[in-house]
Amino acid sequence: MIYRSEPMGEIKLTAEGNLEISKEWENWMGGIAAQNRLVSPGMRLGNEGRTVKPGNIITNGPYAEVKEIVGGLSIFRAESIEEALELANNCPILNAGGNVEIRDIIQMNG
Amino acid sequence: MYQAEAFLLMQEKELIPYLYRTEFRKITAVLCRSLGIEHISIAEDLVGDTFLLAAETWGLKGIPQNPAAWLYTVAKNKAKDLLKRNTLFSQKISPQIQYTTDDKHEIEIDLSAQNIQDSQLQMMFAICYPGIPPEAQIGLSLRILCSFSIDEIADAFLTNKETINKRLYRAKEKLKQDNVQIELPPEKEIDKRTENVLTTLYLLFNEGYYSSNNNAVLRKDLCLEAMRLTHMLTENETTNKPAVNALLALMCFHASRFEARIDSKGELILYEDQDIELWNRELIAQGERYLNKASTGNYLSKYHWEAAIAYWHTTTNNETEKWQKILSLYNQLLMAEYSPIAALNRTYALSKVYGNEDAIIEAEKLKLDNSHLYHCLLGELYSDVDLQKAIEHLQQALKLSRIAADKKVIKNKISKLGKLKNV
Repeated sequence: MIYRSEPMGEIKLTAEGNLEISKEWENWMGGIAAQNRLVSPGMRLGNEGRTVKPGNIITNGPYAEVKEIVGGLSIFRAESIEEALELANNCPILNAGGNVEIRDIIQMNG
Repeated sequence: MYQAEAFLLMQEKELIPYLYRTEFRKITAVLCRSLGIEHISIAEDLVGDTFLLAAETWGLKGIPQNPAAWLYTVAKNKAKDLLKRNTLFSQKISPQIQYTTDDKHEIEIDLSAQNIQDSQLQMMFAICYPGIPPEAQIGLSLRILCSFSIDEIADAFLTNKETINKRLYRAKEKLKQDNVQIELPPEKEIDKRTENVLTTLYLLFNEGYYSSNNNAVLRKDLCLEAMRLTHMLTENETTNKPAVNALLALMCFHASRFEARIDSKGELILYEDQDIELWNRELIAQGERYLNKASTGNYLSKYHWEAAIAYWHTTTNNETEKWQKILSLYNQLLMAEYSPIAALNRTYALSKVYGNEDAIIEAEKLKLDNSHLYHCLLGELYSDVDLQKAIEHLQQALKLSRIAADKKVIKNKISKLGKLKNV
């Protein structure tokens, strides 16, 4: 699952707010892990970044030309896209104006 | 000195079993180390014979002044005789085999306290060898490291002597085949190998704590032996790792409820219904000390989370904070490593924080229909929401459960809910 949302710019969250958010994520992810469907919690991405294009063109930030940025990604185990949709149902990013993209993973051999 | 004095107060009848429990494992470990892993059975027999001889002669001639030293000397001489015969045998029959070739070489069997300690530790690493199945590792640990008799091991596993004998025989053969060395693993392998040892000690403890056996004394013995062996690991600088301390902390916290969780009739008392006064404060404090010692390094083992969870279970002053912490720790534990038990316990903690209705939704996603504990949990969660459903789940749990103590608890719960329903 790929979590997307609008870039938040300067993140101004109180410590308490942050705690509340991470608890939400932890409970959601813990619930998926409890179903033995978590492969990797993955990682959260920060706001710092560059985009490299052919011809040595480098632009600032991961979000120079897009409205949304990828905020992180995790890997889950599901039998079907439908099952994955169920897992995504309560994803905390949905309460923060973001969205979740569900993709299958192509197994690489060797 | 103290020991020798304690002996004086004991009669031969109780002295020999006592010495068997404390000394068998020490002498066996030292002999195994001298004779090599391929001769575990011979070492066991030699020490067994030594105790037989003690039983015969002490009855006639009286108890020697220092009974433990007597045993050491006799076992040592038996082992030396055997080694001499073996040397002779190997020199005559197959001179090309070059073990103990030097005629003048006297085999030293060192029964100093330090060598006894070292040998036991090294044996622990040899026995907790991933090439043999976990139940064989536990069985062999009980035999070689804890001086359990085959009968006692059979009792602990609720099976018969033959099964255990076969199991241990196969395990010893495998150790011989794979040429497992009786030594501490090299520095770069120590973490990985310690993990194997901890898994076995953890299972040994659980065998006692959650056992299906009704013999409360035996169960407590298993737990105490697991704690003793884990403690031995903390006493050696090489093996005194954070994960070892975390496991020992976990064991202390659990063990602190020994007296509170089983009633005078040997029946299980659930956590919620326990008399807090019976919790052992000294063990809780010890657990805290080990948990503090575990808080170094940058790697968290599953024992760290489990110990932290067990720690919060011993607290009583803030129920809200307690269950929030427990839920959070279970979330993290599950993210690191899934287990059905952790999934069920997490859901129970969730009910304590967010209420039964939310927890029921989460519980039903777990799909552990074949587990009696899953139905117990749903029975518990539904008991405030839908009595009929609660009873149905508990009846399902009763059908699936194989543990007498659990069955009793479930039956009590059903009859309690049945009465409520009829009001």
